Amino acid sequence: MTGPYSCCSCIVFVHSVSVDLNNDASLVIDIPDALCERDKVKFTVHTKTTLSSFQKPEYSVQRQHEDFIWLHDTIVETEEYAGLIIPPAPPKPDFEGPREKMHKLGEGESSMTKEEYAKMKQELEAEYLAVFKKTVQVHEVFLQRLSSHPMFRKDRNFQIFLEYDQDLTVRRKNAKEMFGGFFKNMVKSADEVLISGVKEVDEFFEQEKNFLLDYSSKIKDATAKAEKMTRSHKNVADDYNHISGALNNIAADNNTAFKKHLEKCAEVFEKLRVSISKVEDRMASDQELKLTELLRYYTRDIQAAKDLLYRRARALADYENSNKALDKARLKGKDVAQAEENQKQCLQKFDKLSESGKKELTSFKARRVVAFRKNLIEMTELEIKHAKNSVSLLQGSIEVLKSN
Amino acid sequence: MSGSCGRIPPPFPDNEDQEAESDTRVLDSDEDDDDEGEDIFTGARSNPITPTSAPDECDIFSEEGSYIRSDVHHATNGLHPDEEELDLFTEATVELTLTNTTSQGRREIIGPTASACNTTQVPNSILKPSIVTKTTEELEEEESGDQFELNIAVTNPEKIGDGMNAYMSYKVSTQTTLPMFLNKTFSVRRRFSDFLGLYEKISAKHSLLGCIIPPPPQKSVVGMTKVKVGKEDSSSAEFVEKRRAALERLTNSSDAVNKMTIKMNESDNWFESKLQEVENEEQLLRRLHAAVDSLVNHRKELCSNTAVFSKSVAMLGSVEENSALSRALSQLAEVEDKMEQLHQQQAFSDFFILAELLADYIRLLGAVRCCFEQRMKVWQRLQEAQSTLQKKREAEAKLLWANKPEKLQQAKDDINEWESKVSQCERDFERVTCTVRKELLRFEKEKARDFKQHIVKYLESLLHTQHRLVKCWEAFLPEAKAIA
Repeated sequence: MTGPYSCCSCIVFVHSVSVDLNNDASLVIDIPDALCERDKVKFTVHTKTTLSSFQKPEYSVQRQHEDFIWLHDTIVETEEYAGLIIPPAPPKPDFEGPREKMHKLGEGESSMTKEEYAKMKQELEAEYLAVFKKTVQVHEVFLQRLSSHPMFRKDRNFQIFLEYDQDLTVRRKNAKEMFGGFFKNMVKSADEVLISGVKEVDEFFEQEKNFLLDYSSKIKDATAKAEKMTRSHKNVADDYNHISGALNNIAADNNTAFKKHLEKCAEVFEKLRVSISKVEDRMASDQELKLTELLRYYTRDIQAAKDLLYRRARALADYENSNKALDKARLKGKDVAQAEENQKQCLQKFDKLSESGKKELTSFKARRVVAFRKNLIEMTELEIKHAKNSVSLLQGSIEVLKSN
Repeated sequence: MSGSCGRIPPPFPDNEDQEAESDTRVLDSDEDDDDEGEDIFTGARSNPITPTSAPDECDIFSEEGSYIRSDVHHATNGLHPDEEELDLFTEATVELTLTNTTSQGRREIIGPTASACNTTQVPNSILKPSIVTKTTEELEEEESGDQFELNIAVTNPEKIGDGMNAYMSYKVSTQTTLPMFLNKTFSVRRRFSDFLGLYEKISAKHSLLGCIIPPPPQKSVVGMTKVKVGKEDSSSAEFVEKRRAALERLTNSSDAVNKMTIKMNESDNWFESKLQEVENEEQLLRRLHAAVDSLVNHRKELCSNTAVFSKSVAMLGSVEENSALSRALSQLAEVEDKMEQLHQQQAFSDFFILAELLADYIRLLGAVRCCFEQRMKVWQRLQEAQSTLQKKREAEAKLLWANKPEKLQQAKDDINEWESKVSQCERDFERVTCTVRKELLRFEKEKARDFKQHIVKYLESLLHTQHRLVKCWEAFLPEAKAIA
């Protein structure tokens, strides 16, 4: 899903990292606009719907990052959704990088030349834009995952999130008091041990368990390495910026021995700065946006899948405990009916989780493959485009230099 | 330069007839401006005129026409004997004739009020050995400096003579690095009217060109009279001090002084500006080099990070259950691997084409600066040789008057030895200057061309890498599309 975004006077277009989640016209959500006010990002959430459960067919609301988190948490806490993979919460917008740069820019302003300052400002703006793009994208995808899921789209809180035209802050506070994030914390701890410890009867889940555990660690690793690689790539792009700037200085300076021979080269070097460093930078950013972001997202999604397994494993553990309790009760001859009831419920829960879990995990597989395909193709196409662009620019510059 | 044995050293300013005449001047030009002929430097041509020149050679004097001194040694100052190029002060060299006629002629020019003076005949025995034989020229050259260092101090006011004939003599000490002077430091004694004369000459030549000529201090009869009369009171001391300071300021005023440059200084300007260029360039190249160094390092990092990432993706692909995706991921790993190799090669180019080139240049520029330093050293040797020669000549002159013929031969030998040394040094310097100049021009042309060529080469290597990149990704695209 693409759309324009505004950030302190910049317009941004974003490609979503996941599949086209808005193919169901009955509920179409996107984030067409976002505003950045110092620390807080305000997203404009735009909904178009034909569903009767909504008050209006189309509307927009302003939401903050914390609102998204609230929505995610309430869904996680909802018992009903235990058998579903809950779309991972979008990470907090991280403007640390650009903010540092802005700080440096402010400090060094007096010691820099006008050109250097302007260049640094440009770089800063580009970086800021990139962070902005990413955060909008990730928030949008979250909502779209919810809207495209048959169960989540009906969620009451989700509807409130989309519709409620006031600030959600008050509601958020109440929710926090109610749940305290207890369950969420529980899930985080020792889930791996529990999952691996469970004796699995179901072949499917056995396979899934092994796959997910293995995949999870590998994708985490790949994400980290991708991030490092992207950073290096950006450093190289940055260096080209400085080199061309220095070359430009030499060619443009009148007080050197080279001046007569490099006069006409100043323009070329300036163009080079634009071409080489900008292209390298775009290559790095696009690789990041398509590949690194993809890996990041699926690391989180894998975690959500693992959470589902955990919940199922817990349900299984509960069921096994209830069986033991029932046996005990039968032996003692006390509270048998209660124990039976308990056992039945546990079994029901477990079955339900297993059933929906299977569905979820299967569709998760498909979704993952499709997302990878889409992003890898897009990334490759972009890299080719940038490289070809770089080729033509370099060729042009070489010709000019040779002809002088 | 070495053959002017028949020269007569100019007599010291503090001789009888001068006194008288200066007196006249002092008294007379109360009312006048300082335009009348009060300088000792007339516009005599540079050809040395013998003391016996007839009065009808008045026409070779400037309109200010005062007594003339024999023109000596002007050709020995500076390194270019080409007399056409010598400046104002060579022209202004005063030739002193020791005949009465000229002094009379002089008196005529001064004006009707000259009668008050008590002009005595100029005795023929003015020939006094001067300790500093190049007084006139030195003073002239002193004032004609350029942006090289030239510090002039006017000190030691001394009352010379008595009564109305007395005058104040100031010691003018010069300290200079100007190449045209034979000595680095020297001093002469001058009196106020000499300064006025200098001012005259500068004005005449350069005010027409629109130069700012700092005016000399005012003549003050009263002040001077007091001094002459010998009143040792504070007011006269103050007057003297004021005048001394003013004279110092006059000679040190760079505007007037800077205007007097000779061809040789232009050449030094060239060297000066070239040195600036070289230093400036070195600075810029260093900055470029630092940026390229940074690139080389980051590129190396990128290499290793890409390799690591490639392995990680391969691992991920091996775990992936979907076979098509798994294949695609392994392909991606291979692409990343190829990219790592490309980066590696590019890093080589970065380093060998660019970084090493820059390091070379910076070293070369350092060598160029050494050349400049060498030239300065040769110059210094020349200076020292000239200074020694000077001393030897002075020694000879002393011996002449002290009448010690036995030592005279030795002195003459010394002089000969040092004269040839000076010539040698001069030749050396000429040669060094010429060579450095040629080398620098050659360096500029070749190295600049070289530099550009290397930049082009580097860009071509980048181009090559980008081509390969395109190929890599284009090969991968179908694999990505094949994911199902």
